[in-house]
Amino acid sequence: MSIKGGVHQDLIHDSAAKHVSGRAEYTDDILEPVGTLHAYLGFSTVAHGRITSIDLSAVRAAPGVVEVITADDLPGENDVSANGMHDEPLFATDEVLFWGQPLFAVVAETRDAARRAAALAEVSYDTLPHATDIAASRAAGAPLVTPPLTLKRGAVKPAMAAAPHRIKGQMEIGGQDHFYLEGQLSLAIPGEDEDVRIFCSTQHPTEVQHVVAHALGVPAHSVTVTVRRMGGGFGGKETQMNAFAVIAAVAAKRLNRPVKLRLDRDDDMSSTGKRHDFLAEYEVGFDDEGRILAVDGDFFARCGFCSDLSGPVTDRALFHADNAYFYPDVELRSHPLMTHTVSNTAFRGFGGPQGLIVAERIVEEIAYHLGRDALEVRRANFYGPGRDLTPYHQQVTDNIMAEVVDELVATSNYAARRQAVLDWNAKGGIIRKGIALTPVKFGISFTATWFNQAGALVHVYSDGSIQVNHGGTEMGQGLHTKVAQVVAEAFQVDIDRVKITATTTDKVPNTSATAASSGTDLNGMAALNACEAIKARLAAWAADKAGLPAEAVVFGTEGVSVGDKVTDWAKFIGAAYMDRVQLSATGFYKTPEIHWNRDTGQGRPFYYFAYGASVSEVSVDTLTGEYRVERTDILHDVGKSLNPAIDLGQVEGAFVQGMGWLTTEELWWDDKGRLRTHAPSTYKIPVASDIPREFNVKLASWSENREPTIKRSKAVGEPPFMLAVSVLEALNMAVASLDGYANCPKLDTPATPERVLMACEALRSAPAPAKVLEIGE
Amino acid sequence: MSKIHVTTTINGDAVEFLADPRETLLDCLRDHVGLTGTKEGCGTGDCGACSVELDGTLVCSCLVLGVEASGKSVQTIEGMATDSELHPLQRKFVEHAALQCGFCTPGILVAAKSLLDRNTSPTEEEVRYWLAGNLCRCTGYDKIIRAVMDAAAELRGEAA
Ligand code: FES
Ligand code: FES
Repeated sequence: MSIKGGVHQDLIHDSAAKHVSGRAEYTDDILEPVGTLHAYLGFSTVAHGRITSIDLSAVRAAPGVVEVITADDLPGENDVSANGMHDEPLFATDEVLFWGQPLFAVVAETRDAARRAAALAEVSYDTLPHATDIAASRAAGAPLVTPPLTLKRGAVKPAMAAAPHRIKGQMEIGGQDHFYLEGQLSLAIPGEDEDVRIFCSTQHPTEVQHVVAHALGVPAHSVTVTVRRMGGGFGGKETQMNAFAVIAAVAAKRLNRPVKLRLDRDDDMSSTGKRHDFLAEYEVGFDDEGRILAVDGDFFARCGFCSDLSGPVTDRALFHADNAYFYPDVELRSHPLMTHTVSNTAFRGFGGPQGLIVAERIVEEIAYHLGRDALEVRRANFYGPGRDLTPYHQQVTDNIMAEVVDELVATSNYAARRQAVLDWNAKGGIIRKGIALTPVKFGISFTATWFNQAGALVHVYSDGSIQVNHGGTEMGQGLHTKVAQVVAEAFQVDIDRVKITATTTDKVPNTSATAASSGTDLNGMAALNACEAIKARLAAWAADKAGLPAEAVVFGTEGVSVGDKVTDWAKFIGAAYMDRVQLSATGFYKTPEIHWNRDTGQGRPFYYFAYGASVSEVSVDTLTGEYRVERTDILHDVGKSLNPAIDLGQVEGAFVQGMGWLTTEELWWDDKGRLRTHAPSTYKIPVASDIPREFNVKLASWSENREPTIKRSKAVGEPPFMLAVSVLEALNMAVASLDGYANCPKLDTPATPERVLMACEALRSAPAPAKVLEIGE
Repeated sequence: MSKIHVTTTINGDAVEFLADPRETLLDCLRDHVGLTGTKEGCGTGDCGACSVELDGTLVCSCLVLGVEASGKSVQTIEGMATDSELHPLQRKFVEHAALQCGFCTPGILVAAKSLLDRNTSPTEEEVRYWLAGNLCRCTGYDKIIRAVMDAAAELRGEAA
């Protein structure tokens, strides 16, 4: 017999019943206290310029307006940078650095009144030249927002010179808006003394707490930040919530009334950071077998106006520019460029996808050059014995890449289907097909080593019910469910006895962002640590009473047994309480063995790697550029899954989100530096009719984490995002068929139908360039 | 602006509220009636998170004025379950784990129910296109489609 809801079981999301009935409470659903006011922001309307005058009298005079707040009204510093660089003003005061930068806040009786009033500001600017994209930023010699990184092993120059084949190329990789369905919002409620309590949709309550304390000029102990659940985060609520929480808090303290700030979707998209777009320039040297001998790469990133998380994001791009492949001699350089755009930020994969996709493009280029199936080239370059050192000098010791790929090749029937695709294309029709298998290897841990710690608080109440709280936040990924499973398993009680409560800084302090896929790894361990402490106290007490050794106390499914006497859990706990046993404990965890020296570019930044692979098959209409994904097969490694149902959901969702990044999601700024794709009317995330017609997703059930992580599981949030690369490569193949696969079409991303069509046209028109000229004349 | 007295039926109950004539039905439901199950994802009719039925027609409540509900009947997610029993669609969404953050879920359920009310045996392709106006950023839709197909089968009295 086993308990209900222990580890390694399929278990529904702890809030599922509430989700389907509309009863799950998100921050905007919290009953507003009487007297709640609403704040809104005034935004800049130039990409770069000096403010010459700002007249807010019409804003102040507008109906319902209670207060206008500018930089001068801030009790503390006009800065919301989370990294201590002091480069991210809450309100622009003199120089505006992007279109949509907040200038002031207005507080009114209703949200509608505040929004209408904010639009009445009269602001004039001396406009200055702006550089919104990577090319313009490089041309203007723009500064870097944060120090760059170089990863280096061996001697790349001589190795490249000696290589039998060399290819140079470049790839443009588009950004991505998070499009969490629930936008950014914050509700601040003032308290006595310097206190303020903030409810907000954030992945990083502790950081909000610190940034608010800083802006109010009060100690962190005065600020409490709480989040029960988010309507999606994906990295977009790691630092991007800070400014909105600060405004709500400052207004609430100033007016001594609750203040809520909820952004409209268009403003949310215009004034919060996104996934970094990259330009990669690479050179690869390889032999006749397609074995990579040397790789030299430059990674330019659009970082936006300030540093935010661009340092670690661009670092992680380099960390994943090898994906699953051994580069004998290698040098990789990051260039975190300042641009006059909103500051780009964390997004699922955190730069990793932009690095990894370049590795896959390099492999593809080699394959087309040698006229081979890219899968052969991939296999020839996988890490293996004696070829297991990454560009950052970490040894890959848990490699299961080949096993994952072999199994997927078999289960997806890859070889036969590839042949069928080749045969189909050989007939030469309008509709062309493509198929590709791409692997993923992704490093798990925060590269900022100190973030790899977590705390938890577990209470057992005298009726036997259990409450658990930890530093991780729930954004749909099922973290709370998994942690509750760990607790149920530890005490051997049904999960119904365990309640997970809202993440709040006054229960568990000094937490890390729920990010880097680390939520369960860190918080599951911390919760387990707390449970073990309580169990040890209970065992010592019960053993002592029975005159037996502590080992005689066993927490089992039927209850707690002491010697041969079994007591029901609730009775056992009730007795422990009456005998004055402490039934509450904190827990703590820090990831062992990791270290990283950024100056030398060497260390073990990752505790372990997660692996996966996918095969996608697409059909492309070569006259319109439209395409659809016919079938995708995925095999993904989550170690020994804590909850296969939740993990499968993560894999599927991540894949489709990755597909959106690579296919339909196009961010487009006009020549004035204004984002024009700032709503779902123009910015297209995948919808139900876009996903693969056949979608076979499996977990590598045989896998176990070789490191002693929580129940030998592996993190799942980010790695499967990159499985979508197989879609891009399949599109490339369909296009390449137009000239007999003689050239790698090198689609940039997102590979919108427009881009696919242009790639088709380029191949079709290549043999007769003279004609094009004639028409032009 | 002076407020307008709106008398309407929501989930079968007679309801009255005072609305600014510029307020959307979405805001009226959330702010005046206290029904917060209906969500705002975009406010411009492009995400479906605010889906409700107005006199049996599936609408984005962010594109309907609150005063337009006068004399009509509104169905929201809160009215989908009966007598503390979940509707088969709701149950199948739970069983299939067809949700993650849950923010899109109410709108998708309302939209899916409106499909099944019209078409008891939709094809997978019909489900995909019917739900193409409902964005979900978390799940990748596959489990949602499975849950709707399964619920349709159950409602037809077929064993899944
Ligand atoms: S909120 Fe109404 S469609 Fe998005
Ligand atoms: S479950 Fe999060 S948007 Fe659909």
